[in-house]
Amino acid sequence: MAVTSMIGARIQRREDPKLITGHGNFIDDVSLVNMAHMSIVRSPHAHARIKSIDTAAARAARGVVAVLTAADFKGVILGPLPVTNAFVPDKKQVPEQFPIAAEEAVYAGEPVAVVVAEDRYLADDAAQLVVVDYEPLPAVMDLEKAMEPGSPLVKTDRPDNIGWDAAFPAGDIDAVFAEAEVVVKQRIGQQRLFPTPMETRGCVADYIPYDNRVTLWTSTQVPHFVRLFVGGALGVPESQFRVVSHDVGGGFGSKIRPYGEEYLTTAASKITERPVKWIEDRTESLQATTHGRGQIFDAEVAANRDGTLLGLKFTQLLDIGAYHGVFSAFQVVACLLGGGPYEWKAINARSIGIFTNRTSTDPYRGAGRPEATHLVERMIDLVARELGMDPAEVRRKNFIKSFPHTNNFGLVYDSGDYEKTLDRAMANIDYPALRKRQEQLRAQGRYTGIGFSTYVEICGLGPSSATAPAAGIALVESSMVRVHPTGSVTVSVGTHSHGQSHETTFAQIVADTLGVPYDSIEIHHGDTGDTPFGYGTYGSRSLAVGGMAIMASCHKVVEKARKLAAHAFEASEEDIVVDQGRYFVRGNPGEAKALAELAFASYGAGLPEGMEQGLEAVSYFDPPNFVWPFGCHICAVEVDPETGAVSIDRYVAVDDCGNVINPMVVDGQLHGGIAQGISQALFEEVQYDDETGIMLTGTMLDYLVPTMAEMPHFELDRTVTPSPTNELGVKGIGEAGTIASSIAVINAITDALAPFGIKHVEMPARPDRLWSMIKEARA
Amino acid sequence: MTQPVALTINGRPREDRVEPRLLLVHYLREVAGLTGTHIACDTSQCGACTVLIDGEAVKSCSVFAVQAAGKQVTTIEGLAAGGTLHPVQQAFWNEHGLQCGFCTPGFIMAAAYLLKQNPSPTDDEIDRGLEGNLCRCTGYENIKKAVRSASRAMNGGTAEPSANLVGAVAVPVED
Repeated sequence: MAVTSMIGARIQRREDPKLITGHGNFIDDVSLVNMAHMSIVRSPHAHARIKSIDTAAARAARGVVAVLTAADFKGVILGPLPVTNAFVPDKKQVPEQFPIAAEEAVYAGEPVAVVVAEDRYLADDAAQLVVVDYEPLPAVMDLEKAMEPGSPLVKTDRPDNIGWDAAFPAGDIDAVFAEAEVVVKQRIGQQRLFPTPMETRGCVADYIPYDNRVTLWTSTQVPHFVRLFVGGALGVPESQFRVVSHDVGGGFGSKIRPYGEEYLTTAASKITERPVKWIEDRTESLQATTHGRGQIFDAEVAANRDGTLLGLKFTQLLDIGAYHGVFSAFQVVACLLGGGPYEWKAINARSIGIFTNRTSTDPYRGAGRPEATHLVERMIDLVARELGMDPAEVRRKNFIKSFPHTNNFGLVYDSGDYEKTLDRAMANIDYPALRKRQEQLRAQGRYTGIGFSTYVEICGLGPSSATAPAAGIALVESSMVRVHPTGSVTVSVGTHSHGQSHETTFAQIVADTLGVPYDSIEIHHGDTGDTPFGYGTYGSRSLAVGGMAIMASCHKVVEKARKLAAHAFEASEEDIVVDQGRYFVRGNPGEAKALAELAFASYGAGLPEGMEQGLEAVSYFDPPNFVWPFGCHICAVEVDPETGAVSIDRYVAVDDCGNVINPMVVDGQLHGGIAQGISQALFEEVQYDDETGIMLTGTMLDYLVPTMAEMPHFELDRTVTPSPTNELGVKGIGEAGTIASSIAVINAITDALAPFGIKHVEMPARPDRLWSMIKEARA
Repeated sequence: MTQPVALTINGRPREDRVEPRLLLVHYLREVAGLTGTHIACDTSQCGACTVLIDGEAVKSCSVFAVQAAGKQVTTIEGLAAGGTLHPVQQAFWNEHGLQCGFCTPGFIMAAAYLLKQNPSPTDDEIDRGLEGNLCRCTGYENIKKAVRSASRAMNGGTAEPSANLVGAVAVPVED
């Protein structure tokens, strides 16, 4: 057995040296000879008819190369933006979206014209000179009013504002509610959020006339998707369309779709016969990059007085925005996971997707699972409050305890030990002492609270048997492993790393699996020119699916190397022992060949009969199931009743993501994930004017992304329950922190405010909201 | 429309003619070709564009290039002296103080300035010293760790990275 192992080691990232010295290669760092710059004129109205566009003054401005409107793009961009139609269950309507508005603009920020000029300053100057004559139309902003018959329409050519209406019944919900001793009800909001990667989007398109050949550099999580769809709409086959996504400054789900601007920039390059660069400014980004959440849940739980949970019913109202995001309906998964880690006799969920005159929503870190967790964990606390039970005990009593477990909707939780993470977290925070202290402080007029979040999530998207029927796409993942003649190894993958540290962690896996030095392994991703087709990085899938695709290729390489060794030693394959990259005949380890030697031989003469030269393999991995991380987070807060300000005193998390490749990276993913959930709980909210649909949070002055001073110390711990779903025993950890954390904070705040009779608090729990609630409770 | 600007960037004098409205950050990136300084918010909230002007941390999106005339500007590219990482850079690497790396140059410049002003900051002083910089990946936990670690290293102690190995060397795993 290996005495040392890269898998599980805390090693520093190989990504870092260039990034800490200013040598990263982000999208705005790409510069080409003769490159022009594009600025986009966007509708300031939530909903308006475009009566005319006068581009004369802009065309005449200094340095302007072209001013283009929908009419100019019509013959160049031949198709609409993609929507994973099949994701939209019981779809009512899937309207086509073009990258630029022609006659009707339906959200503030929708492109109506573009200006291409010699530099960005000149392009922005000329964009100011484009005169658009708008006729404002009523803005549809309220989800419930939008559903009413006779409501104004988000777009005038639609029959109504309903995108989908899907029912998910499981069990006899009416019977369960009829027999219940207790029923609790609550409306729970999920405010709209900006994903806010620090790097905005952007792209550089270089269309080569006559060759019909394109290189598109873009800041994306899904380079192969972008090639597939932008190439398709522009009439350029994949073989002539290269998409390059180098360093990407964060995504969090907001860069998982092909965007209209990628089409417009490529088309502008084709029209002007110049390389064209477009870099989104922050205000554009807040308006034009997809938003997250934007949902309302109405929930009811039936339980018995001893704390046994019986039934759960809820409706999810989801604000689609003006058009379906490519994956927006994925968030319906909240319905299938609303039961959390608990046993239920029956669950009945319904999801209604509603169009509004806002920017599209699409997955944002967690995508449906934070909503499900927030919902069920909030309801459990309400049940505990109603019954006078400890919230930890209600959880413990109802946990699913044997695995694999088939949930009410037929999803199979592959493994788990929920009680173990709960126990560990309660021990780490010293729960009894904390409760005691809470009692003492209450006597002094201080309001502290303790909030639990015990979560299970679905990730590792996904088995084609599940995703193809649901989404129309397979969501498998790919790898190519090539051992060069002198033993260095190139690994090309279809996933994309933008902070997840794949260049380090994937190399750790390959080093162990092939038994070659870590330093001899190079990981390639993000360039469709030298990577196999892959579905990209989101849904905490890159390790459990992409990592396994790498394993599959490594195994193929090892099997060929074994044959080469058997040939070299004139032994049978069965007698070849492979140990840490050394190949020898059983019983004779002293005479071994390293993989590099076998690689060299593989490219030469005298191979076994029928064997081709080379030592490389390509694999596509289709996982047999999803993977199911879980854990328990406990948050301790104090609320100042005079100001409504919340301070987080402790944040303890015990997570289980199966086997760990690099603990430093796992912890880092949790830190960032937890921070984003805390930030949703306390600070962030996209705000629009209800009447006009104008965005009120259009800069980072108005939208509160927390600073260092607002974030607590995270006390992390983990249990390890290896996933039986894959050979590595791994799950996913990119989203778990966010999935767990918002409700830990909110449950802590409601616990703190219990003496005021406050049972529920909406997000964000900003001081003004809490202060008003306390004031009202005291009156 | 243009006017001359002469300044020193990372120890090298240079002279250009620029439009008066050109922001220093655009000058550094587009004219001087130093793309390590990043732009992320356009409203001076995020600090990704932080550089040192005459040794003081400044958000280069809030300064015109012409205002830097006659000054010494240090960017992230100029921080590592003679190929040796600045202790703050080393600490960010050791402590996993970055993920996507986009905010990192600004954070490193701001932290280098903070530690120059205050070699042994308390946690509160670190919070206050760096609250002009935003990061969306790390939850700040490891950035704080990195700043504390750099502080120890700069005060003659060892950096004591929680990393028990450096670069590409494997560590034995006990179990």
